[in-house]
Amino acid sequence: MILAWLVIIPLAGGLLAVVLGRLSATAARAAALVAMAGELALAAGLWAGCGQMDFSGRPGCWLAELNYPWIAPLGVSFHLAIDGLSLLMVVLTAFLGLIAVLVSWREITQRVGSFHLHLCLVLAGIVGVFLAVDLFLFYFFWELMLIPMYFLIDLWGHEDRHRSAVKFFLFTQLGGLALLLGILALYFTHGRQSGVYTFDYLALQATTLAPRAGMLMMLGFFLGFAVKLPAFPLHPWLPDAHTQAPTAGSVILAGLMLKTGAYGLLRFAVPLFPHASQQIAPVAMAIGVAGILYGAAMAFAQSDIKRLVAYTSVSHLGFVLLGIYSFNMLALQGVVMQMICHGLSTGALFVLAGLLQDRLHTRQMGRMGGLWAMAPKMGAAAMFFAMASLGLPGLGNFVGEFLVLLGAYQVNIPLACAATAGLVIATIYAIWMIQQAFHGRPAEPYRMPDLRVRESLVILAMVVALLFLGLYPQPVLDTSRAPMEYLTEMMSRPVTRANSACNELHALRSADGNSTTASGRGGGGQ
Amino acid sequence: MLIGRRLPHGLVATIGCGSVAAAAALSLWLAGTFIAHPPRSGEFSQTLWTWMNVAGFTPTVGLRLDALSLVMIVVVTVVAFLIHLFSITHMAGEEGYGRFFAYMNLFVGCMLILVLADNLLLLYLGWEGVGLCSYLLIGFWYKNSANGRAAMKAFIVTRVGDAAMAVGLFLIYASLGTLDIADIASRAGAQWPVGSGLAVAAAALLLGGAVGKSAQLPLQTWLPDAMAGPSPVSALIHAATMVTAGVYLIARMNVIFSLAPVVQGVIVVIGAATMLLAACSAMVQHDIKRVLAYSTISQIGYMFMALGIGAWGAAILHFATHAFFKALLFLAAGVVIQRLGDEHDMFRMGGLRKQLPLTFWTFLGGAISLSAVLPVTAGAYSKDAILSLTYLAPTELGRAAFVAAMVGVLLTSLYTFRMVFLTFFGPSQGCATGRRRTAEAIPLILLAIVAAFGGLIEYPQAHFGWPSLARFVDATAAEPSGPAADSMVHLIGAAATGLSLLGLIAAAVLYIGPRRWPARLAAGGTGAAVHRFWLGGWGFDRLYDRLLVRPFLAAARINKGDFVDYFYRAIGETNLLLNALVARSQSGKTRQYVAGIAIGAILLVAIMVLL
Repeated sequence: MILAWLVIIPLAGGLLAVVLGRLSATAARAAALVAMAGELALAAGLWAGCGQMDFSGRPGCWLAELNYPWIAPLGVSFHLAIDGLSLLMVVLTAFLGLIAVLVSWREITQRVGSFHLHLCLVLAGIVGVFLAVDLFLFYFFWELMLIPMYFLIDLWGHEDRHRSAVKFFLFTQLGGLALLLGILALYFTHGRQSGVYTFDYLALQATTLAPRAGMLMMLGFFLGFAVKLPAFPLHPWLPDAHTQAPTAGSVILAGLMLKTGAYGLLRFAVPLFPHASQQIAPVAMAIGVAGILYGAAMAFAQSDIKRLVAYTSVSHLGFVLLGIYSFNMLALQGVVMQMICHGLSTGALFVLAGLLQDRLHTRQMGRMGGLWAMAPKMGAAAMFFAMASLGLPGLGNFVGEFLVLLGAYQVNIPLACAATAGLVIATIYAIWMIQQAFHGRPAEPYRMPDLRVRESLVILAMVVALLFLGLYPQPVLDTSRAPMEYLTEMMSRPVTRANSACNELHALRSADGNSTTASGRGGGGQ
Repeated sequence: MLIGRRLPHGLVATIGCGSVAAAAALSLWLAGTFIAHPPRSGEFSQTLWTWMNVAGFTPTVGLRLDALSLVMIVVVTVVAFLIHLFSITHMAGEEGYGRFFAYMNLFVGCMLILVLADNLLLLYLGWEGVGLCSYLLIGFWYKNSANGRAAMKAFIVTRVGDAAMAVGLFLIYASLGTLDIADIASRAGAQWPVGSGLAVAAAALLLGGAVGKSAQLPLQTWLPDAMAGPSPVSALIHAATMVTAGVYLIARMNVIFSLAPVVQGVIVVIGAATMLLAACSAMVQHDIKRVLAYSTISQIGYMFMALGIGAWGAAILHFATHAFFKALLFLAAGVVIQRLGDEHDMFRMGGLRKQLPLTFWTFLGGAISLSAVLPVTAGAYSKDAILSLTYLAPTELGRAAFVAAMVGVLLTSLYTFRMVFLTFFGPSQGCATGRRRTAEAIPLILLAIVAAFGGLIEYPQAHFGWPSLARFVDATAAEPSGPAADSMVHLIGAAATGLSLLGLIAAAVLYIGPRRWPARLAAGGTGAAVHRFWLGGWGFDRLYDRLLVRPFLAAARINKGDFVDYFYRAIGETNLLLNALVARSQSGKTRQYVAGIAIGAILLVAIMVLL
């Protein structure tokens, strides 16, 4: 039931916000804040309580599960489940959701209640995407997060918001269409084969597919997720959407929505079609590397600070794509780290860019300069996140990027070397941004206040998180270990699927609740 | 420390300086313990925690102290402490006093992590941290965008080397399955035959990193510009931290380099070439700090030559002595520059001998040590060690390197004393202002004493039974460099002294007095061209600018709009166009509609008939 609460809390918070928004704007903000704080507490509690157990997403090996029949004749059920990977993503969602509410506190003054309703709806959709293991339900949440996001950009965005919102919508909707075709094809193939028409993720995993059909379906999934990621030639929606969205929207887009693409690849595209995935791996890795280099070079070319940060996302998510299709533990664990740390570092950079725009009413770096003198705290924060973004060791992003590259190197040396060159370009854009905005002489006579208390707290929380992840990433790595091991196992022998081992393990664990870890190990050995 | 802006300066200085002083005291105490009771395994080690644990990849945050890292930490902390002490008053009144000390402490901290790390990943952390701090400190006066550019250049150029080093790490892990330095040493020796492709590739990639950090060819261009930072920063970068990291890396990974003789040969060539090129450039500079910068590049060239022939100990010895005299020279130059109201040009100095006697004498001490004119000085001792070991190297390359090294001795002395004579002799041109500060004097004097007499630590080894520093370090290497033949060593030492004296005399003739010769030389056609060429650091900057920077900038400018987006925009435009066309047909004129229907019907019929 806890899983349902994870979806319900933001929904309820949003509804409450829109009701309270009629009375006072602060009440609406407070409602959303409380909801997200509750969400974070719930997710963190779930994480703290999970210990070292093996909840790997193997059949039956979920940390928690919720399954109600929904549209029985079509085989659709309201089926939520959580494993290590989705747990981490949900924690990240709650954390960034809280921050998104906090940064909107002063920025949003129009239709505050409605804004928070949309914000909470997006968050609920994202949490749903991370939890759903019924493909129909997954697609439902996938669309649920898209539409309120469109309105967030279109209604509360900046000067060119309408065009950007439409562009965002068209790109992701077309990707969604490909995804839907893939889902339906798989659904019917499985139904014809087994006689049981179901959207259940685990059941569909057992489908045997002809190579050609499998490849086509996989491409449908891949396309849907690659647009969201975004992979190299499908990225042009991203700079526009990120730049024009309000700060909270940018934080959610970069920090969370891009992760749904990566999550989709890890959860669905690869495990459902291990064979086809193996086949396109070199292509996918090459696309990832192209994204790394192209995104970094484009970031450097920008003069709009938000656009610059937006293009860095293309570059960083290239590492994710490269890592996923390397199919080894090092790279996959690196992918998880990269997803989380990119959410934090890029989210923070968008927060800072938003604060700058709020104060200076411009995003053009050519019109900034010398801001350090007026706002040293902000400058130091920007420096910190710029360093995280270029992969400075000691900060979380380094762990992710290094592991991805280390893993990719074992699979494909030239691509790994090319991706490493991306680190140099990352250096260039990161310090170029600092140089233009914070160093040098002011281009115009600005007066602006430094970080306020609330803003400092937001930034500080992200700084601490990145430092911790950089120096001691083990809690995250431990949590994601089991699902990633399952994935590598699946990729190393794509045909056979170990269903029975985990059911036994599950039975053992429920029989002997006292010494779960010990029995878990015993069960795994049998 | 970053919040230190609000703290009073005294407190900032106490914290900043005190922590480094504590580190220095601790490392001296450690050195005492280490020498008095050498640990049985030859090292102390301590694992703090496991950094990460992924599928058997378990780099730790672990520290290891052996003879090599011991020498490094002692030199780093002691020199850094003296520089910090100097900075207390030197930087007084600067905006961002707290920020300065925070960065400096971080710098020293990263360098210590670098030299104490027991695995390459942690070493890489220190390595990048040092790069970051150099970026922050070179650009310390951020309001001037030229400084910012210099800082960016330093960071980006060294990151190029770092990327190569990162690939080296991947390669080592992929083939040896570990990044632990001790394990690498044992496994590499077992798995890679001498000269094998993997060993060569690994060594070459690590060399890429070392070349970047240590400002050797072809990545040396950042260092002369790094003078944009405050003088104590230059002292720290050039003496104790940053540029010596590359030397340390090669000495530390000597096993891998021993397995790759080709790369060792490359190191000798790089070292010798860099040494000569930089020495030539040093001879024509006007800015006193740029002379010192090129001198650093040149001296590290010496260290690389030593590393290339496998004389790890001699390289580290030269690092240690260089740290002291170069820190001294930079700090003294800093005093000169500050007293003259931020004047960097040596040709506008002169006659400062009388105005700044303490600075003069200490600077002279450093200069003598650098040029190795007097055989007892620290610099002379370590340089002689390198010279004699190069001479004894059994290869042809070693012979050539020896000749280069001897030429280098002459050039070194020439540019050093050119600098001394221009700055402190001749007619006085400026008036030194401000008063002498004790906190600046103490480090200068202490450094001068070490620089001048530091050679004694080596010299009387036969007399006191004191272990030779070079041997001490060599003990950590796989194959210690052999003992030098005594008579030859003395002869080489004498020859080197003679050469550097020659340089001194030449400098005196050329630059004391009216300086007619250099002016005439620089005025002539070829002379002027060479002068310009050397002044600009052999055109590397221009080459890279043309070859890399401009194409990159141009590409960025052209593609600012993202050509991928053009494709999608074109789809959108096409749709709008079609929409407009179709919309025009909706004209409301019945005649057109009727015509349309008729044409459509005819076409349909035609199609049906034809098919």
